[in-house]
Order: sequence, then structure tokens, then C-alpha cells
Amino acid sequence: MSVKHMVKREYSGRAVVTVLGIFIILLTLTITCFLLIKGSATFVSHSHNIFEFLFSSNWKPDEMEGKGYVGAVIFIVGSILISLFALVIATPFSVASAIFMTEISKKLGRSLLQPAIELFVGIPSVIYGWVGLTVLVPFIARVFNLSYGYGVLAGSIVLAVMIFPTITSVTADAIRNVSPAYKEASYGLGSTRWQLISRVILPAAVPGILTGVILGLARAFGEALAVAMVIGKTQAFPKSIFSPTTNLTAEIATNMGNTVTGSEYNDALWSMALLLLIISFVFIFLIRIVGRKRTVK
Amino acid sequence: MKKAFAIITSIALMGAMFTGCSTGTGSSSSTASTDSTGSTTTSSPFKNLSGSITMDGSSALQPLAQAAADSLKTDNPDLSITVNAGGSGKGLTDIANKSVDIGNSDVFAEDKLTADKLTGLVDHKVCVIGVATVVNPDVTVTNLTKDQLVSIFTGKVKNWKEVGGNDQAIVLVNRPTTSGTRSLFKKLALGGKDEATGTALQQDDSGILEQTVAQTKGAIGYLALSYTGGKTDIKLVNLDGVEPTYDNIYSGKYPVWGYEHMYTNGEATGAVKSFLDYLASSEFASTIIDKGYGDASKMKS
Repeated sequence: MSVKHMVKREYSGRAVVTVLGIFIILLTLTITCFLLIKGSATFVSHSHNIFEFLFSSNWKPDEMEGKGYVGAVIFIVGSILISLFALVIATPFSVASAIFMTEISKKLGRSLLQPAIELFVGIPSVIYGWVGLTVLVPFIARVFNLSYGYGVLAGSIVLAVMIFPTITSVTADAIRNVSPAYKEASYGLGSTRWQLISRVILPAAVPGILTGVILGLARAFGEALAVAMVIGKTQAFPKSIFSPTTNLTAEIATNMGNTVTGSEYNDALWSMALLLLIISFVFIFLIRIVGRKRTVK
Repeated sequence: MKKAFAIITSIALMGAMFTGCSTGTGSSSSTASTDSTGSTTTSSPFKNLSGSITMDGSSALQPLAQAAADSLKTDNPDLSITVNAGGSGKGLTDIANKSVDIGNSDVFAEDKLTADKLTGLVDHKVCVIGVATVVNPDVTVTNLTKDQLVSIFTGKVKNWKEVGGNDQAIVLVNRPTTSGTRSLFKKLALGGKDEATGTALQQDDSGILEQTVAQTKGAIGYLALSYTGGKTDIKLVNLDGVEPTYDNIYSGKYPVWGYEHMYTNGEATGAVKSFLDYLASSEFASTIIDKGYGDASKMKS
């Protein structure tokens, strides 16, 4: 092979990668700009106050005249509550599974737990939603003797199952990356395996675990379909973990197709979408900060 | 490791960004043969058609539009018809922008579009759809007066025993405020009264709503008649002693029904006109009835 040919190949490979990379960057920027423009219409062309959007619970956007109310706080609170509950449920299981498959039984972990977790990721969210709707919701109603099981608890459990694989795999990675020197030192000082895990490995892996938790939170926040099927979508603050409520993604998914582009209702939904984007930016920013700590270590 | 995180975070970012738009317009689509332009000969009105038709909008009308498209396409291999759903609002937006040939809607365009966008839109009322009040099968009530229905849906009556049923709390299952079915029900069954918010469970997909009513004790909701045919897990309730059937709608006894609309921008021509003519033809009339819709030509008003 001639040198010229090799050089050509070298540069063409580089060109393809660069073009694709730039395309993705442009795509991200375009989507962000698009959402910024669409999402700000509520405040610019329909002259609503941003505080009304963030802090009022009066949500009644108008489709025709544009004289409605766009207070989205019920949806914001719904999203936050359900995602946080999902984290509370999923994190202990995730951390335990990660410890099990990295420290306690690597063989079982690799042959059984790892494939099972990968399988979880591949299940489409409509399946989680449908199983939640037909199995979990009636189950909650029966166990707690309620007239129906739709609500915060059902939504959180469905989400917890969905974010479990994310948190588990990131946590397992973090644990695997704890320096072997720490383990050797710990054993050298005569620690038991559990002492090693609880006093050395877990504390050293905390930044990595936090990264997983935040990623899980971001996933939970953005999930629409499965949650929408089981939270009841009642437009009210939840009174307990059994009461139905609604969230940002459910409202967007429900009404986007029914409303006409440019109407107050449609624009208010775009504002919700923009808010979701901003929230995920915040999460990613947090991951960056946490990640930096971990490399300094 | 750091790179892996960068990849994961960017995927999470992209995912979060797409949920906002993609789920809202989630739609199923199907395209048949590729189109080729040609002329239509008139030996039979629905033979030798060619060209392409695109439509989207109402998900309630989609099954019927799809059925018409499928049967036309078997006779006309050169005809391409794409039927998407996405919601009435999307259908009306798209037809006003001329980005589709036909915009399907459950409601009159006047209810969603501002006057400047209405110019040029032509309404084709392709069929009638009835809306029935449905309850969980355990509910013993079989008939409700209009006043009782209003009291239930506005949240004044909270227990079935107040309207002659068992001692069982009423669970409202309604639709989002932007839904065409809800606006029909509000206008014609509830006399324009607003449904109670803050207590009702809400589902927008007819299949999920059916499931919710079927598995929730004391549940009441409403479904289009195209979804209730042959269902045993829910029960239809009479309104003022009148059964929700198309015969009663034709005769004017059952009031909760509306037209399904196909809008064109300007008068329909070519393949689009043939498609609309086919929907109104006697050939297709039996399919309309089979699919649970009503014959628009039988309406007096």
C-alpha cells in the first residue's frame, strides 16, 4: 500500500468522524434554540409572567382567545415528587446489586445479574406502562384497600424499575474503578470483606454513585408514556403517596397533538418542554461537578 | 471512563430533549405503493386512480381513513395514501399550512383555528360519531338522567347510591380539556357545564381509558361508540332512557354525537376528491357502520 493511499485513508476517516461530530453538536444547538424560541412564546407573544408559569397552580390555557392561565406548578411538583420517590425506591436496590455483582459474586453477577439488567434497558416504556396499568395499579388498590391505585406510588414504582438499570450500571462501574491499592491496604490492615465494602469501597465510589443517581433522576424526569398511564393525571397536588397527580411530560404528551400550533395552550406546552430541557441541563451540570471531584481524588 | 460518561450524558440529554416533542406527535403511519402521476379514466369512479394523498389529525378517525385507504389501494396500485394520526390540533394546523392534503378533525375547525387560518378550508363531514357514557360493570345503574349526569361529572354527586345504585364512591375518568370527545360530551351531554378538575382521573387514549374504567370500582367515563362495540369489560349507560345507538342518533333521540371532519385547503381535486367521494359512496357505507361510526347522510340536521 502506497504512502499516499494511507495518508488519504487516514484523513478520510478523520473527516467522517469530524463531520458527524459537528453534526451532533449542531443538532443539539438547533434543538436548544428551537425550544428556546417556542418555549418563550408564552411570555413574549402571550405576555404571561414567568412567575405565573412557575408558581401559580391555575392551569387553564385557552385554545382560541389566549386569555387563559398558565400556572404550571402542579405539574412541576408532580414531576419532582414522582422522580424523587422513584430514586428513593431504586437507589438501595441499585447500590446493593452493584455491590453484589462487583464484590460479592462476580460470577453470578456476570452470568445472571448483568444480562438481566441489560434486558431491563431494552424493554420499551409502553410495556412498563401497560404492566403498571393492568397489574400494579389494581394490586396497589387491593393491598391498601383503595378505590383505585393510580397515583404517586404507582408512578414512582414504575419509574424506579425503569431507572434501576441506569443507576446500577454506573454504580458498578464506579465500584470497579476504586483503586486496587485501597482494597489491598484495607485487607492488609485486617478488615473483613464487609468492612472493606462499607468503609472503603462505598465511600471511595460516592461520586460515581451520585453520577448514577443524577442520571437516573434525569431519566425519571423525562419519561412520559409509562408514568402517564399510571399516575391518574388528576390536575391537583397529591395529598398522600396514594393520591393521583399529574406531571410535565404527561401534560405535554396528552395535549400537544390536540392543540393548534401558535395557540396559547400549545405554546404553554412548549414552555413546559423548555423547562424540562433546562432541568436536564442542570442535571448534566451537576454530573460534571460531581465527576470532576472524582478525578481529583 | 470519562469518555463513557460524556457519551452517557449526551444520550441522556438527547433523550430528555426529544421527549418533549416526539411523544406529543407520536403517530403511526403506513404508506403503500410509490406514487406515479397519471390520469384517471372514468370507467368506474374508483378504479385506475393514481397520485398521492397525505393526511393526519384525529386519532378517532384514523381507523376509518386507514380502512378506506387500504381498500382503495387494493384496486389502485398506482395510488399512494399515507394516513397518520397525531391529534385533531395537528390535523388542523397541518391543513391550514397546506403540509398535508387532508386534515382530519373531531371538531369544527372554527373551534380551534383563528379566523385568518380558516380561509380556504373546506369541511367534508365523512361520518358521525356517537359518544356513550360508560361505567365499570359492577355499577348497577343502567340509566341516568341528564341532570344526574351533570351532577356526577361536575362533582356534586359523589356516590352511586345518590342516583339509585349501590353504596360505592364514584370515580370520574375524563379526557384532557383539549380532547374533541370531551368537548362534544361537555356541549351535548353536560349542557356546557365544566367537568370537575382536581378529582377526576384523566386518560387520553381510548384503549387506556377503557382499561381504567374496566378495572376501577365505581368508575364512570365516556367513550366513542367506535370503541365500545363488542366490549364486555365496560357497560354502556342510557341517557334519559335512550340507549346510545346509531339508530337513536339518526332519529334524533340520543343527543351526544358529532361529525368527523376531513378538511381540505381549497376544493378537493384529483385523487383527494376521489378519496373523499369513495368515503361518501354506497360502496364504503357498510365499512363505516362495521367500524362503529355512523352514516352522515342519515342525519337530518
